[in-house]
Amino acid sequence: MAITDVNSSAEMPITAADGTPLKKKLAQALFRSRVRAVGLVLPLFAFVMASFVIPILALMWQGVYNDTFASYTPNLTQQLAKWDGVSTPSEEMFAALVTDLKTAREDKTIGRIATRVNQELPGTRSLFTSSARKVKKAAPPYAESMMKIDKDWGNLEVWQAMKLTSQSLTPGFYATALDSKYTVDQGFVSQVENRQIYVKLFWRTLLISGTVMLLCLLLGYPVAYLLATLPLRYSNLLMIMVLLPFWTSLLVRTTAWIAILQSQGVVNDLLVWIGITGDESRFSLIYNMTGTIVAMTHILLPFMILPLYSVMKTIPPSYMRAARSLGATPTRAFLKVYMPQTIPGVGAGGLLVFILAIGYYITPALVGGQDGQLISNMIAYHMQKSLNWSLAAALGGILLAGVLLLYWAYDRIIGIDNMKLG
Amino acid sequence: MSRFTKGLFAVAGMSLCVSGTALANDLTIVSWGGAYTKSQIEAYHKPWMAKTGKSIVSEDYGGGIAEIKAQVESGNVTWDVVDVELSDAIRACDEGLLETIDHGILPAAPDGTPATEDFLPGTLHECAVASIVWSSVYAYDSSKLRNWNAPKTMADFFDTKSFPGKRGLRKSPKVTLEFALIADGVPVGQVYDVLSTEEGVARAFAKLDTIKGDVVWWEAGAQPPQLLADGEVVMSTAWSGRVFNAKNGEGQPFEMVWDGQIYDLDLWVIPKGSKNKDAALDFVAFSTATEQLAAQASWISYGPARASSVARIGTYHADESIQMAQHMPTAPANFANALQNDFEFWADNQDQLNERFNAWLAQ
Repeated sequence: MAITDVNSSAEMPITAADGTPLKKKLAQALFRSRVRAVGLVLPLFAFVMASFVIPILALMWQGVYNDTFASYTPNLTQQLAKWDGVSTPSEEMFAALVTDLKTAREDKTIGRIATRVNQELPGTRSLFTSSARKVKKAAPPYAESMMKIDKDWGNLEVWQAMKLTSQSLTPGFYATALDSKYTVDQGFVSQVENRQIYVKLFWRTLLISGTVMLLCLLLGYPVAYLLATLPLRYSNLLMIMVLLPFWTSLLVRTTAWIAILQSQGVVNDLLVWIGITGDESRFSLIYNMTGTIVAMTHILLPFMILPLYSVMKTIPPSYMRAARSLGATPTRAFLKVYMPQTIPGVGAGGLLVFILAIGYYITPALVGGQDGQLISNMIAYHMQKSLNWSLAAALGGILLAGVLLLYWAYDRIIGIDNMKLG
Repeated sequence: MSRFTKGLFAVAGMSLCVSGTALANDLTIVSWGGAYTKSQIEAYHKPWMAKTGKSIVSEDYGGGIAEIKAQVESGNVTWDVVDVELSDAIRACDEGLLETIDHGILPAAPDGTPATEDFLPGTLHECAVASIVWSSVYAYDSSKLRNWNAPKTMADFFDTKSFPGKRGLRKSPKVTLEFALIADGVPVGQVYDVLSTEEGVARAFAKLDTIKGDVVWWEAGAQPPQLLADGEVVMSTAWSGRVFNAKNGEGQPFEMVWDGQIYDLDLWVIPKGSKNKDAALDFVAFSTATEQLAAQASWISYGPARASSVARIGTYHADESIQMAQHMPTAPANFANALQNDFEFWADNQDQLNERFNAWLAQ
């Protein structure tokens, strides 16, 4: 009988109340809910695209593409493309230079050109700006005439720098961000030693972020454990103590650490009073790496505690009791039964703290002194002060690549599905 | 709609109205904050508002031309007048980020001298009009170092044997390298010639090496008086007006050493595309008149950029017994061994020296 039933249902599709086949009805319903889902996600998706993905891509593009020079000096760029980069610059090149300098002077774009070449060859900014002021007087033969305005126009290095900047698509900024230099004749060469700074700062950023993450884990784990296991009235109070600093302004917390850690601050006064150190030999606890690590650990601690807490809250206390009743010592029960179950929280908290720490900026700027600066401080410098946005983009690109690499490694080792944020 | 949401909308609506009126009428004037902005509000903003009936919104910033560049290039210029350093004024003007200012609109001195002759040399530029001369000096805590033990020269700042204790220095190669060379015995007239050579830069860093372990680095102008007051440092480089105000306004026991001071200008500029350009030009002309510049000098010890104002400098606003003239960077007693910041040198070498400075710091 059962066989006939199946056959008949294959021939005569089951219909809904209004007569349409159930299969079709189901497909319609599914389609509607899919449209609704997409419709609900769309605003967020558009927002993320417009405010996050597109700006990041645009910035990344700036790291390899800078057409300042090419767009403001079209004639010269054409000439430079033909030039081999080592022979003496020709009269046509000088003529193009004169034409472009004249236009740049009129359009007030000379500053942008000068700044761009100065990034490639420091010390050439005034060569451009002052020559542009005098270029009216230049007459053929232009090579001689320009040399009279400033003898540096005879310097091959200046022309090589211009050739490099005239190539809009350039690996130069990434090279600079990795402490090397892209040259016309030798390709990549390493930067002179006393200007090598970025690679060192990248390593230091990783080191400090790693240290902060470990410290947060060490300090946050017991707190999260207490939060999850204490009776409600105590744990609520504890939760407020975790959240209160979390809601306090970052600047307030950083400045508070300055007041506490400075050499005339609370900690040092206390140490002097107890007699651990003399009045003359107070410890330097701030304006150095120690200050950065302490302040960042404090500020990022809630990002470790909260995911840990949310995971620990879901672990039934009966598991530990079962382990104990089966003969495990408290330590063994904790290590073998409790801790493995908190790994998703550890992973989430660790990743969150680490990634936030890598991009930290205000705190190191305020309390970092000379050896507590991170790569983000250099990115900010190039965004705000030197206005070398392409270099900032390159530094940011490397940082982003590093974070993605770590994320990938995390996914391979622990698995991203095991992460639990709350 | 819940009461909360309604409240939220009301607040949002209100803030929209406020910002709406701000765009329509006000002039947004941007400066460096603290005692300096206060001196400008008292001497320029208030009289101008009384005269024109328009209002001014005062904003603070930390220097540099990044914000101006971002506003001009995005076409959304919300700043009307900005107080900038000379090197930034020149650079922004070269990059076409500023409106040109016709010097003909600047008012003549009371005795009829035209503005172009009354302003001190080098203070008028195509896109910028100077208001004050300010200076980087170093200051010390006179409750700790006094009498025979008081530092007197730039070399003393670098002498941690005779004057033990921490030093405050600005975390920037600008001014710091010049100070190091002056302390190392380079005459002020030759500082930039020496600094233009590789050996000169090495010499400056070598001099800085001698005190590196004792340095606390500062970044904002309000920090040095704070570091001195907290006892974090015994001496610190600082902006002269800030030290003056901490001393005379707050009664701090600070003294300044003028030897080897490096002075610079602060200038008004108008970002290109300002929505209130006419009002902005009117403000620039009004605030750089003889009387206003002289009035500012009674609020902070920065020297006016006009010769006719220098003669009219009065007393400190909070204490009639203090003659401001002798506290100006340009006062003859202070000016004996002074160096003008070379904006062209820094425009050329800033990036390179900054990388080197940071590499040196990180060593």
